[in-house]
Amino acid sequence: MGELKLMKGNEAIAEAAIREGVDAYFGYPITPQSEVIEYLMMEKPHERTGMVVLQAESELAAINMVYGAASVGRKVFTSSSSPGISLYQEGISYIAGAELPCVIANVVRGGPGLGTIQPSQADYFQTVKGGGHGDYRLFTLAPSSVQEMADFIELGFEIAFKYRNPVMILSDGMIGQMMEKVELKDQKPRWSADEIKAMHGSWATIGKPESRERNIITSLDLDPHKQEKHNHHLQAKYRQMEKEEVRYETFDTDDAEYLIVAYGSSARIAQKTIMLAREKGIKVGLLRPITLYPFPEKPLAELASRMKGVLSVEMSAGQMVEDVRLAVGCSDIPVEHFGRYGGVIHSPDEVLEALEQKIIGGK
Amino acid sequence: MTEEIIIAGFGGQGVLSMGKILAYSGIMQDQEVSWMPSYGPEMRGGTANVTVIVSDERISSPVLNQYDTAIILNQQSMDKFEKTVKPGGLLLYDPNGIVHHPTRTDINIYKIEGARLASELGNAKIFNMIVLGAYLKIKPIVKYENVVRGLKKSLPERYHKLIPMNEAALQKGMENPVPVNTL
Repeated sequence: MGELKLMKGNEAIAEAAIREGVDAYFGYPITPQSEVIEYLMMEKPHERTGMVVLQAESELAAINMVYGAASVGRKVFTSSSSPGISLYQEGISYIAGAELPCVIANVVRGGPGLGTIQPSQADYFQTVKGGGHGDYRLFTLAPSSVQEMADFIELGFEIAFKYRNPVMILSDGMIGQMMEKVELKDQKPRWSADEIKAMHGSWATIGKPESRERNIITSLDLDPHKQEKHNHHLQAKYRQMEKEEVRYETFDTDDAEYLIVAYGSSARIAQKTIMLAREKGIKVGLLRPITLYPFPEKPLAELASRMKGVLSVEMSAGQMVEDVRLAVGCSDIPVEHFGRYGGVIHSPDEVLEALEQKIIGGK
Repeated sequence: MTEEIIIAGFGGQGVLSMGKILAYSGIMQDQEVSWMPSYGPEMRGGTANVTVIVSDERISSPVLNQYDTAIILNQQSMDKFEKTVKPGGLLLYDPNGIVHHPTRTDINIYKIEGARLASELGNAKIFNMIVLGAYLKIKPIVKYENVVRGLKKSLPERYHKLIPMNEAALQKGMENPVPVNTL
Protein backbone atom coordinates (compact mmCIF):
# COMPACT_ATOMS: atom_id res chain seq x y z
CA MET A 1 0.00 0.00 0.00
CA GLY A 2 1.25 3.48 -0.88
CA GLU A 3 1.41 6.53 1.30
CA LEU A 4 -1.94 7.72 2.79
CA LYS A 5 -2.57 11.44 2.94
CA LEU A 6 -5.43 13.88 3.43
CA MET A 7 -5.28 16.14 0.41
CA LYS A 8 -7.29 18.50 -1.74
CA GLY A 9 -8.02 17.25 -5.25
CA ASN A 10 -5.81 20.03 -6.60
CA GLU A 11 -2.92 18.99 -4.37
CA ALA A 12 -3.38 15.30 -5.14
CA ILE A 13 -3.20 15.82 -8.90
CA ALA A 14 -0.05 17.93 -8.49
CA GLU A 15 1.68 15.37 -6.25
CA ALA A 16 0.62 12.55 -8.58
CA ALA A 17 2.20 14.42 -11.49
CA ILE A 18 5.54 14.63 -9.66
CA ARG A 19 5.36 10.91 -8.78
CA GLU A 20 4.41 10.00 -12.35
CA GLY A 21 7.79 11.31 -13.47
CA VAL A 22 6.30 14.20 -15.43
CA ASP A 23 8.98 16.31 -17.09
CA ALA A 24 7.26 19.67 -17.16
CA TYR A 25 4.27 21.61 -15.92
CA PHE A 26 3.29 24.92 -17.51
CA GLY A 27 0.34 26.92 -16.22
CA TYR A 28 -1.16 30.16 -15.11
CA PRO A 29 -3.07 30.56 -11.82
CA ILE A 30 -6.86 30.72 -11.70
CA THR A 31 -9.36 29.89 -8.96
CA PRO A 32 -10.52 27.20 -8.09
CA GLN A 33 -7.45 25.46 -9.52
CA SER A 34 -4.57 27.60 -8.22
CA GLU A 35 -3.47 25.04 -5.59
CA VAL A 36 -2.11 22.88 -8.41
CA ILE A 37 0.62 25.36 -9.36
CA GLU A 38 0.98 26.56 -5.73
CA TYR A 39 1.63 23.00 -4.55
CA LEU A 40 4.10 22.37 -7.36
CA MET A 41 5.99 25.58 -6.56
CA MET A 42 6.13 24.73 -2.84
CA GLU A 43 7.23 21.14 -3.41
CA LYS A 44 10.12 22.22 -5.65
CA PRO A 45 9.96 19.12 -7.86
CA HIS A 46 13.14 20.25 -9.67
CA GLU A 47 14.90 19.14 -6.48
CA ARG A 48 12.98 15.86 -6.26
CA THR A 49 12.95 14.67 -9.87
CA GLY A 50 14.25 17.47 -12.05
CA MET A 51 10.70 18.31 -13.17
CA VAL A 52 10.27 21.83 -14.58
CA VAL A 53 7.43 23.94 -13.14
CA LEU A 54 6.90 27.24 -14.84
CA GLN A 55 4.29 29.94 -14.43
CA ALA A 56 3.79 31.24 -17.94
CA GLU A 57 2.88 34.84 -18.72
CA SER A 58 -0.58 33.77 -19.91
CA GLU A 59 -2.65 30.72 -20.74
CA LEU A 60 -1.79 31.16 -24.43
CA ALA A 61 1.89 30.89 -23.59
CA ALA A 62 1.32 27.94 -21.24
CA ILE A 63 -0.47 25.75 -23.79
CA ASN A 64 2.12 26.53 -26.46
CA MET A 65 4.90 25.58 -24.02
CA VAL A 66 3.01 22.30 -23.60
CA TYR A 67 2.97 21.94 -27.40
CA GLY A 68 6.71 22.49 -27.55
CA ALA A 69 7.68 20.13 -24.73
CA ALA A 70 5.31 17.42 -26.00
CA SER A 71 7.05 17.62 -29.39
CA VAL A 72 10.22 16.14 -27.92
CA GLY A 73 8.47 13.12 -26.40
CA ARG A 74 8.34 14.43 -22.86
CA LYS A 75 5.54 13.98 -20.32
CA VAL A 76 3.87 17.38 -20.06
CA PHE A 77 1.04 18.40 -17.75
CA THR A 78 -0.96 21.60 -17.46
CA SER A 79 -4.06 22.69 -15.59
CA SER A 80 -6.45 25.61 -15.51
CA SER A 81 -10.10 26.43 -14.94
CA SER A 82 -12.86 27.22 -17.42
CA PRO A 83 -11.91 30.73 -18.69
CA GLY A 84 -8.27 29.65 -18.92
CA ILE A 85 -9.22 26.43 -20.70
CA SER A 86 -11.09 28.51 -23.27
CA LEU A 87 -7.80 30.27 -23.99
CA TYR A 88 -6.13 26.84 -24.39
CA GLN A 89 -8.45 25.74 -27.19
CA GLU A 90 -6.35 26.83 -30.16
CA GLY A 91 -3.34 25.06 -28.69
CA ILE A 92 -5.32 21.91 -27.96
CA SER A 93 -6.51 21.75 -31.56
CA TYR A 94 -2.91 22.12 -32.80
CA ILE A 95 -1.68 19.47 -30.34
CA ALA A 96 -4.42 17.07 -31.49
CA GLY A 97 -3.67 17.86 -35.16
CA ALA A 98 0.05 17.33 -34.66
CA GLU A 99 -0.70 14.10 -32.73
CA LEU A 100 1.10 14.92 -29.52
CA PRO A 101 0.53 13.46 -26.06
CA CYS A 102 -0.17 15.66 -23.05
CA VAL A 103 -2.46 15.75 -20.01
CA ILE A 104 -4.61 18.80 -19.27
CA ALA A 105 -6.76 19.26 -16.17
CA ASN A 106 -9.79 21.55 -16.09
CA VAL A 107 -11.11 22.34 -12.60
CA VAL A 108 -14.38 23.70 -13.91
CA ARG A 109 -16.06 26.83 -12.50
CA GLY A 110 -19.38 28.44 -13.29
CA GLY A 111 -19.73 30.38 -16.54
CA PRO A 112 -20.17 31.71 -19.14
CA GLY A 113 -17.51 34.40 -19.30
CA LEU A 114 -15.62 34.96 -16.09
CA GLY A 115 -18.68 33.52 -14.35
CA THR A 116 -17.95 32.56 -10.78
CA ILE A 117 -15.31 30.60 -8.89
CA GLN A 118 -17.85 28.04 -7.63
CA PRO A 119 -18.10 24.49 -9.05
CA SER A 120 -19.87 23.75 -12.32
CA GLN A 121 -20.00 21.03 -14.98
CA ALA A 122 -20.95 23.32 -17.84
CA ASP A 123 -17.76 22.70 -19.85
CA TYR A 124 -18.97 19.28 -21.04
CA PHE A 125 -19.75 20.46 -24.58
CA GLN A 126 -16.48 22.34 -24.86
CA THR A 127 -14.55 19.27 -23.77
CA VAL A 128 -16.21 16.41 -25.63
CA LYS A 129 -17.69 18.16 -28.67
CA GLY A 130 -14.74 20.16 -29.88
CA GLY A 131 -13.75 23.33 -28.09
CA GLY A 132 -11.06 24.06 -30.63
CA HIS A 133 -11.51 23.90 -34.41
CA GLY A 134 -11.38 20.88 -36.68
CA ASP A 135 -12.30 17.21 -36.50
CA TYR A 136 -10.44 16.19 -33.41
CA ARG A 137 -11.42 14.45 -30.19
CA LEU A 138 -10.19 15.07 -26.69
CA PHE A 139 -9.97 11.91 -24.60
CA THR A 140 -11.78 12.88 -21.40
CA LEU A 141 -11.57 11.37 -17.92
CA ALA A 142 -13.98 12.55 -15.21
CA PRO A 143 -12.69 11.96 -11.65
CA SER A 144 -15.28 11.82 -8.87
CA SER A 145 -12.91 11.66 -5.91
CA VAL A 146 -9.57 13.00 -4.75
CA GLN A 147 -8.17 9.50 -5.25
CA GLU A 148 -9.17 9.57 -8.90
CA MET A 149 -7.61 13.02 -9.34
CA ALA A 150 -4.33 11.31 -8.45
CA ASP A 151 -4.98 8.05 -10.31
CA PHE A 152 -6.01 9.67 -13.58
CA ILE A 153 -2.60 11.27 -14.01
CA GLU A 154 -1.05 7.85 -14.59
CA LEU A 155 -3.97 6.61 -16.68
CA GLY A 156 -4.05 9.90 -18.60
CA PHE A 157 -0.40 9.68 -19.64
CA GLU A 158 -0.79 6.01 -20.55
CA ILE A 159 -3.61 6.89 -22.94
CA ALA A 160 -2.00 10.13 -24.17
CA PHE A 161 1.12 8.24 -25.29
CA LYS A 162 -0.72 5.15 -26.53
CA TYR A 163 -2.78 7.28 -28.94
CA ARG A 164 -0.53 10.35 -29.19
CA ASN A 165 -3.50 12.50 -28.32
CA PRO A 166 -4.23 15.13 -25.64
CA VAL A 167 -6.10 13.84 -22.59
CA MET A 168 -8.38 16.04 -20.50
CA ILE A 169 -9.05 15.41 -16.82
CA LEU A 170 -12.40 17.14 -16.34
CA SER A 171 -13.10 17.86 -12.69
CA ASP A 172 -14.66 20.86 -10.98
CA GLY A 173 -14.26 23.21 -8.03
CA MET A 174 -15.79 20.69 -5.68
CA ILE A 175 -13.36 17.85 -6.46
CA GLY A 176 -10.47 20.34 -6.64
CA GLN A 177 -11.17 22.00 -3.29
CA MET A 178 -12.35 19.09 -1.16
CA MET A 179 -10.01 16.97 0.93
CA GLU A 180 -10.21 13.19 1.09
CA LYS A 181 -7.97 10.32 1.92
CA VAL A 182 -5.66 9.55 -0.96
CA GLU A 183 -3.21 6.73 -1.48
CA LEU A 184 -0.23 7.92 -3.47
CA LYS A 185 1.85 5.77 -5.77
CA ASP A 186 5.59 5.44 -5.40
CA GLN A 187 7.85 7.80 -7.32
CA LYS A 188 8.52 6.76 -10.91
CA PRO A 189 11.80 7.89 -12.46
CA ARG A 190 11.52 10.40 -15.30
CA TRP A 191 12.30 8.93 -18.71
CA SER A 192 15.93 9.17 -19.74
CA ALA A 193 16.93 10.56 -23.14
CA ASP A 194 17.70 7.00 -24.26
CA GLU A 195 14.30 5.74 -23.18
CA ILE A 196 12.58 8.56 -25.06
CA LYS A 197 14.66 7.78 -28.14
CA ALA A 198 13.73 4.09 -27.95
CA MET A 199 10.02 4.70 -27.32
CA HIS A 200 9.28 7.88 -29.24
CA GLY A 201 12.22 8.28 -31.61
CA SER A 202 9.99 7.54 -34.60
CA TRP A 203 8.08 10.82 -34.19
CA ALA A 204 9.64 13.07 -31.52
CA THR A 205 11.95 15.88 -32.61
CA ILE A 206 15.00 14.73 -30.68
CA GLY A 207 17.68 14.88 -33.34
CA LYS A 208 17.98 13.26 -36.76
CA PRO A 209 20.03 10.11 -37.19
CA GLU A 210 21.39 9.17 -40.65
CA SER A 211 18.99 6.25 -40.82
CA ARG A 212 15.75 8.16 -41.30
CA GLU A 213 14.12 11.30 -42.63
CA ARG A 214 13.64 14.16 -40.23
CA ASN A 215 10.67 14.09 -37.87
CA ILE A 216 8.42 17.07 -38.38
CA ILE A 217 5.82 18.20 -35.86
CA THR A 218 3.10 20.18 -37.59
CA SER A 219 -0.63 20.40 -37.89
CA LEU A 220 -0.38 22.06 -41.32
CA ASP A 221 -0.70 20.35 -44.68
CA LEU A 222 -1.96 22.57 -47.46
CA ASP A 223 -2.63 19.64 -49.80
CA PRO A 224 -6.29 18.79 -49.09
CA HIS A 225 -5.86 15.17 -50.16
CA LYS A 226 -3.00 14.67 -47.76
CA GLN A 227 -4.95 16.54 -45.08
CA GLU A 228 -7.94 14.28 -45.67
CA LYS A 229 -5.72 11.23 -45.38
CA HIS A 230 -4.34 12.60 -42.12
CA ASN A 231 -7.89 13.13 -40.90
CA HIS A 232 -8.77 9.53 -41.83
CA HIS A 233 -5.86 8.42 -39.70
CA LEU A 234 -7.07 10.57 -36.77
CA GLN A 235 -10.60 9.22 -37.12
CA ALA A 236 -9.30 5.63 -37.10
CA LYS A 237 -7.60 6.42 -33.77
CA TYR A 238 -10.84 7.81 -32.36
CA ARG A 239 -12.77 4.72 -33.47
CA GLN A 240 -10.19 2.58 -31.70
CA MET A 241 -10.59 4.66 -28.51
CA GLU A 242 -14.35 4.24 -28.74
CA LYS A 243 -13.89 0.48 -29.07
CA GLU A 244 -11.23 -0.08 -26.45
CA GLU A 245 -11.14 2.71 -23.90
CA VAL A 246 -14.69 3.21 -22.59
CA ARG A 247 -14.72 3.28 -18.79
CA TYR A 248 -17.68 3.51 -16.45
CA GLU A 249 -18.98 2.34 -13.10
CA THR A 250 -22.44 1.30 -11.91
CA PHE A 251 -24.06 1.36 -8.47
CA ASP A 252 -27.21 -0.41 -7.33
CA THR A 253 -28.38 -1.13 -10.88
CA ASP A 254 -29.21 -4.84 -10.41
CA ASP A 255 -32.77 -4.32 -9.19
CA ALA A 256 -33.18 -0.69 -10.29
CA GLU A 257 -36.29 0.57 -12.05
CA TYR A 258 -34.88 4.04 -12.61
CA LEU A 259 -31.43 5.14 -13.66
CA ILE A 260 -29.43 8.25 -12.86
CA VAL A 261 -26.53 9.07 -15.18
CA ALA A 262 -23.99 11.41 -13.61
CA TYR A 263 -20.22 11.96 -13.66
CA GLY A 264 -17.70 13.59 -11.35
CA SER A 265 -19.09 15.45 -8.34
CA SER A 266 -22.69 14.95 -9.48
CA ALA A 267 -22.12 11.20 -9.35
CA ARG A 268 -21.12 11.55 -5.69
CA ILE A 269 -24.24 13.58 -4.92
CA ALA A 270 -26.37 11.09 -6.85
CA GLN A 271 -25.11 8.20 -4.70
CA LYS A 272 -26.56 9.94 -1.65
CA THR A 273 -29.78 10.51 -3.60
CA ILE A 274 -29.95 6.78 -4.29
CA MET A 275 -29.63 6.02 -0.56
CA LEU A 276 -32.43 8.49 0.22
CA ALA A 277 -34.60 7.11 -2.59
CA ARG A 278 -34.17 3.53 -1.48
CA GLU A 279 -35.19 4.49 2.07
CA LYS A 280 -38.46 5.60 0.44
CA GLY A 281 -38.72 2.34 -1.54
CA ILE A 282 -37.76 3.86 -4.90
CA LYS A 283 -35.35 1.57 -6.71
CA VAL A 284 -32.76 3.75 -8.39
CA GLY A 285 -29.34 2.91 -9.76
CA LEU A 286 -26.45 4.98 -11.09
CA LEU A 287 -24.32 4.79 -14.18
CA ARG A 288 -21.21 6.93 -13.80
CA PRO A 289 -19.31 7.57 -17.02
CA ILE A 290 -15.59 7.69 -16.18
CA THR A 291 -14.68 8.47 -19.78
CA LEU A 292 -16.90 11.24 -21.17
CA TYR A 293 -15.26 10.83 -24.55
CA PRO A 294 -15.50 7.99 -25.45
CA PHE A 295 -18.98 8.00 -23.88
CA PRO A 296 -20.26 4.67 -22.50
CA GLU A 297 -23.21 4.58 -24.88
CA LYS A 298 -23.53 0.80 -25.24
CA PRO A 299 -23.61 0.00 -21.51
CA LEU A 300 -26.04 2.87 -21.02
CA ALA A 301 -28.33 1.68 -23.83
CA GLU A 302 -28.30 -1.82 -22.37
CA LEU A 303 -29.11 -0.62 -18.83
CA ALA A 304 -31.75 1.84 -20.00
CA SER A 305 -33.59 -0.92 -21.87
CA ARG A 306 -34.71 -2.36 -18.54
CA MET A 307 -35.51 0.97 -16.84
CA LYS A 308 -38.72 2.96 -16.52
CA GLY A 309 -36.89 6.28 -16.88
CA VAL A 310 -33.48 7.93 -16.96
CA LEU A 311 -32.39 11.16 -15.25
CA SER A 312 -29.17 12.81 -16.38
CA VAL A 313 -27.72 14.89 -13.53
CA GLU A 314 -25.06 17.49 -14.25
CA MET A 315 -24.24 20.94 -12.84
CA SER A 316 -25.24 22.57 -16.12
CA ALA A 317 -28.36 23.59 -18.01
CA GLY A 318 -28.30 20.19 -19.73
CA GLN A 319 -25.31 19.15 -21.83
CA MET A 320 -24.51 15.48 -21.19
CA VAL A 321 -28.25 14.73 -21.45
CA GLU A 322 -27.86 15.02 -25.25
CA ASP A 323 -25.44 12.08 -25.26
CA VAL A 324 -27.66 10.20 -22.82
CA ARG A 325 -30.63 10.67 -25.18
CA LEU A 326 -28.57 9.53 -28.18
CA ALA A 327 -27.52 6.41 -26.30
CA VAL A 328 -31.00 5.56 -25.02
CA GLY A 329 -32.38 6.13 -28.52
CA CYS A 330 -36.00 6.25 -29.56
CA SER A 331 -37.48 4.61 -26.54
CA ASP A 332 -40.75 5.38 -24.79
CA ILE A 333 -39.14 5.98 -21.41
CA PRO A 334 -38.63 9.54 -20.21
CA VAL A 335 -35.05 10.84 -20.38
CA GLU A 336 -34.69 14.16 -18.60
CA HIS A 337 -32.02 16.47 -17.26
CA PHE A 338 -31.68 17.97 -13.82
CA GLY A 339 -29.01 20.27 -12.47
CA ARG A 340 -28.34 23.49 -10.60
CA TYR A 341 -25.78 25.62 -12.37
CA GLY A 342 -23.90 28.89 -12.50
CA GLY A 343 -21.90 27.76 -9.46
CA VAL A 344 -24.71 26.31 -7.34
CA ILE A 345 -24.27 22.68 -6.25
CA HIS A 346 -27.46 20.61 -6.21
CA SER A 347 -28.25 18.78 -2.99
CA PRO A 348 -29.05 15.06 -2.85
CA ASP A 349 -32.65 16.00 -1.87
CA GLU A 350 -33.08 18.23 -4.91
CA VAL A 351 -31.93 15.42 -7.20
CA LEU A 352 -34.43 13.07 -5.55
CA GLU A 353 -37.21 15.62 -5.96
CA ALA A 354 -36.33 16.02 -9.65
CA LEU A 355 -36.37 12.24 -10.09
CA GLU A 356 -39.81 12.03 -8.51
CA GLN A 357 -41.25 14.93 -10.48
CA LYS A 358 -39.61 14.59 -13.88
CA ILE A 359 -39.24 10.83 -14.21
CA ILE A 360 -41.47 8.92 -11.82
CA GLY A 361 -44.37 11.38 -11.93
CA GLY A 362 -43.83 12.00 -15.61
CA LYS A 363 -44.01 8.42 -16.87
CA MET B 1 -21.22 4.81 11.85
CA THR B 2 -21.51 7.92 9.70
CA GLU B 3 -21.28 11.40 11.21
CA GLU B 4 -22.10 14.37 8.98
CA ILE B 5 -20.95 17.67 10.43
CA ILE B 6 -21.09 21.33 9.43
CA ILE B 7 -18.70 23.71 11.19
CA ALA B 8 -19.52 27.37 10.55
CA GLY B 9 -18.24 30.70 11.82
CA PHE B 10 -16.04 33.65 10.94
CA GLY B 11 -12.88 33.35 8.87
CA GLY B 12 -9.94 33.32 11.27
CA GLN B 13 -11.72 31.33 13.98
CA GLY B 14 -10.04 28.16 12.79
CA VAL B 15 -13.17 26.61 11.31
CA LEU B 16 -11.38 24.98 8.38
CA SER B 17 -8.46 23.72 10.46
CA MET B 18 -10.82 22.29 13.12
CA GLY B 19 -12.45 20.32 10.32
CA LYS B 20 -9.09 19.21 9.00
CA ILE B 21 -7.95 17.91 12.39
CA LEU B 22 -11.23 16.03 12.77
CA ALA B 23 -10.81 14.52 9.30
CA TYR B 24 -7.22 13.50 10.04
CA SER B 25 -8.38 11.93 13.32
CA GLY B 26 -10.81 9.79 11.33
CA ILE B 27 -8.03 8.66 8.99
CA MET B 28 -5.91 7.71 12.05
CA GLN B 29 -8.56 5.15 12.97
CA ASP B 30 -9.01 3.84 9.40
CA GLN B 31 -12.25 5.63 8.68
CA GLU B 32 -13.37 7.28 5.47
CA VAL B 33 -13.41 11.07 5.59
CA SER B 34 -14.29 14.06 3.45
CA TRP B 35 -13.67 17.77 4.03
CA MET B 36 -15.48 20.23 1.79
CA PRO B 37 -14.88 23.94 2.48
CA SER B 38 -16.78 26.98 1.38
CA TYR B 39 -14.26 28.79 -0.77
CA GLY B 40 -16.47 31.29 -2.48
CA PRO B 41 -17.64 34.86 -2.03
CA GLU B 42 -19.03 34.15 1.45
CA MET B 43 -15.49 33.30 2.56
CA ARG B 44 -14.26 36.64 1.29
CA GLY B 45 -17.18 38.29 3.10
CA GLY B 46 -15.98 36.96 6.44
CA THR B 47 -17.90 33.76 7.12
CA ALA B 48 -16.41 30.33 6.59
CA ASN B 49 -17.85 26.86 6.78
CA VAL B 50 -16.74 23.32 6.15
CA THR B 51 -18.61 20.05 5.81
CA VAL B 52 -16.80 17.11 7.39
CA ILE B 53 -17.96 13.52 7.07
CA VAL B 54 -16.41 10.70 9.08
CA SER B 55 -17.72 7.24 8.24
CA ASP B 56 -17.04 3.53 8.42
CA GLU B 57 -18.30 3.28 4.87
CA ARG B 58 -17.43 4.82 1.52
CA ILE B 59 -18.68 8.41 1.51
CA SER B 60 -21.17 9.38 -1.16
CA SER B 61 -21.91 13.09 -1.37
CA PRO B 62 -19.41 15.44 0.32
CA VAL B 63 -21.99 18.23 0.16
CA LEU B 64 -25.19 17.96 2.17
CA ASN B 65 -28.15 20.01 3.24
CA GLN B 66 -28.85 18.19 6.52
CA TYR B 67 -26.36 17.34 9.21
CA ASP B 68 -26.03 15.11 12.27
CA THR B 69 -24.11 17.90 13.97
CA ALA B 70 -23.81 21.65 13.45
CA ILE B 71 -21.00 23.48 15.24
CA ILE B 72 -21.98 27.14 15.07
CA LEU B 73 -19.68 30.00 15.95
CA ASN B 74 -21.47 33.18 14.85
CA GLN B 75 -24.95 34.60 14.39
CA GLN B 76 -24.98 34.42 10.58
CA SER B 77 -24.19 30.72 10.77
CA MET B 78 -26.87 30.19 13.44
CA ASP B 79 -29.44 31.81 11.13
CA LYS B 80 -28.33 29.61 8.26
CA PHE B 81 -27.63 26.24 9.89
CA GLU B 82 -29.87 25.77 12.96
CA LYS B 83 -32.62 24.52 10.66
CA THR B 84 -30.32 22.07 8.87
CA VAL B 85 -29.71 19.83 11.90
CA LYS B 86 -31.47 16.48 11.50
CA PRO B 87 -34.17 15.83 14.13
CA GLY B 88 -32.42 14.16 17.06
CA GLY B 89 -29.10 15.67 15.97
CA LEU B 90 -26.71 17.97 17.79
CA LEU B 91 -26.22 21.72 17.72
CA LEU B 92 -23.12 22.96 19.57
CA TYR B 93 -22.52 26.70 19.70
CA ASP B 94 -20.45 29.40 21.30
CA PRO B 95 -22.82 31.98 22.83
CA ASN B 96 -20.25 34.75 22.32
CA GLY B 97 -21.83 37.21 19.90
CA ILE B 98 -25.05 35.23 19.59
CA VAL B 99 -28.17 37.40 19.88
CA HIS B 100 -30.81 34.95 18.75
CA HIS B 101 -30.20 31.71 20.61
CA PRO B 102 -31.34 28.41 19.09
CA THR B 103 -34.97 27.55 19.77
CA ARG B 104 -35.46 24.05 18.39
CA THR B 105 -36.77 21.43 20.81
CA ASP B 106 -36.29 18.36 18.59
CA ILE B 107 -32.48 18.39 18.72
CA ASN B 108 -29.79 18.28 21.41
CA ILE B 109 -28.33 21.73 22.03
CA TYR B 110 -25.12 22.41 23.94
CA LYS B 111 -23.07 25.54 24.35
CA ILE B 112 -19.37 25.94 24.88
CA GLU B 113 -17.90 29.27 25.94
CA GLY B 114 -14.93 28.82 23.64
CA ALA B 115 -14.01 32.48 23.22
CA ARG B 116 -14.11 33.17 26.98
CA LEU B 117 -12.16 30.03 27.89
CA ALA B 118 -9.55 30.75 25.19
CA SER B 119 -8.94 34.22 26.58
CA GLU B 120 -8.71 32.76 30.10
CA LEU B 121 -6.05 30.39 28.81
CA GLY B 122 -4.39 33.44 27.33
CA ASN B 123 -4.49 32.44 23.65
CA ALA B 124 -7.34 33.27 21.30
CA LYS B 125 -5.90 30.93 18.64
CA ILE B 126 -6.77 27.76 20.56
CA PHE B 127 -10.45 28.68 20.50
CA ASN B 128 -11.20 26.08 17.83
CA MET B 129 -9.56 23.28 19.83
CA ILE B 130 -11.69 24.12 22.87
CA VAL B 131 -14.79 23.85 20.71
CA LEU B 132 -13.53 20.60 19.17
CA GLY B 133 -12.90 19.22 22.69
CA ALA B 134 -16.47 20.05 23.72
CA TYR B 135 -17.83 18.35 20.59
CA LEU B 136 -15.80 15.19 21.20
CA LYS B 137 -16.98 15.06 24.80
CA ILE B 138 -20.61 15.06 23.60
CA LYS B 139 -19.98 12.81 20.59
CA PRO B 140 -16.80 10.77 20.97
CA ILE B 141 -16.76 9.74 17.29
CA VAL B 142 -12.97 9.59 17.28
CA LYS B 143 -10.70 8.41 20.09
CA TYR B 144 -8.76 11.11 21.93
CA GLU B 145 -5.37 9.60 21.09
CA ASN B 146 -6.31 9.68 17.40
CA VAL B 147 -7.17 13.37 17.65
CA VAL B 148 -3.69 14.03 18.99
CA ARG B 149 -2.23 11.92 16.17
CA GLY B 150 -4.43 13.81 13.70
CA LEU B 151 -3.20 17.08 15.15
CA LYS B 152 0.40 16.01 14.60
CA LYS B 153 -0.37 15.01 11.01
CA SER B 154 -2.16 18.22 10.11
CA LEU B 155 0.30 20.62 11.74
CA PRO B 156 3.59 21.28 9.95
CA GLU B 157 6.59 20.02 11.94
CA ARG B 158 7.69 23.54 12.90
CA TYR B 159 4.45 23.98 14.88
CA HIS B 160 4.71 20.69 16.81
CA LYS B 161 5.89 22.62 19.87
CA LEU B 162 2.33 23.96 20.06
CA ILE B 163 0.79 20.50 20.47
CA PRO B 164 0.79 20.50 24.32
CA MET B 165 -1.08 23.82 24.27
CA ASN B 166 -3.60 22.43 21.80
CA GLU B 167 -4.05 19.34 23.98
CA ALA B 168 -4.70 21.56 27.01
CA ALA B 169 -7.34 23.38 24.96
CA LEU B 170 -8.98 20.11 23.93
CA GLN B 171 -9.11 19.06 27.59
CA LYS B 172 -10.55 22.42 28.60
CA GLY B 173 -13.27 22.01 26.01
CA MET B 174 -14.04 18.47 27.14
CA GLU B 175 -14.66 19.74 30.67
CA ASN B 176 -17.00 22.54 29.71
CA PRO B 177 -19.92 21.79 27.37
CA VAL B 178 -23.16 23.04 28.90
CA PRO B 179 -26.43 21.29 27.98
CA VAL B 180 -29.15 23.70 26.84
CA ASN B 181 -31.70 21.25 25.51
CA THR B 182 -31.31 17.48 25.74
CA LEU B 183 -33.70 14.90 24.39
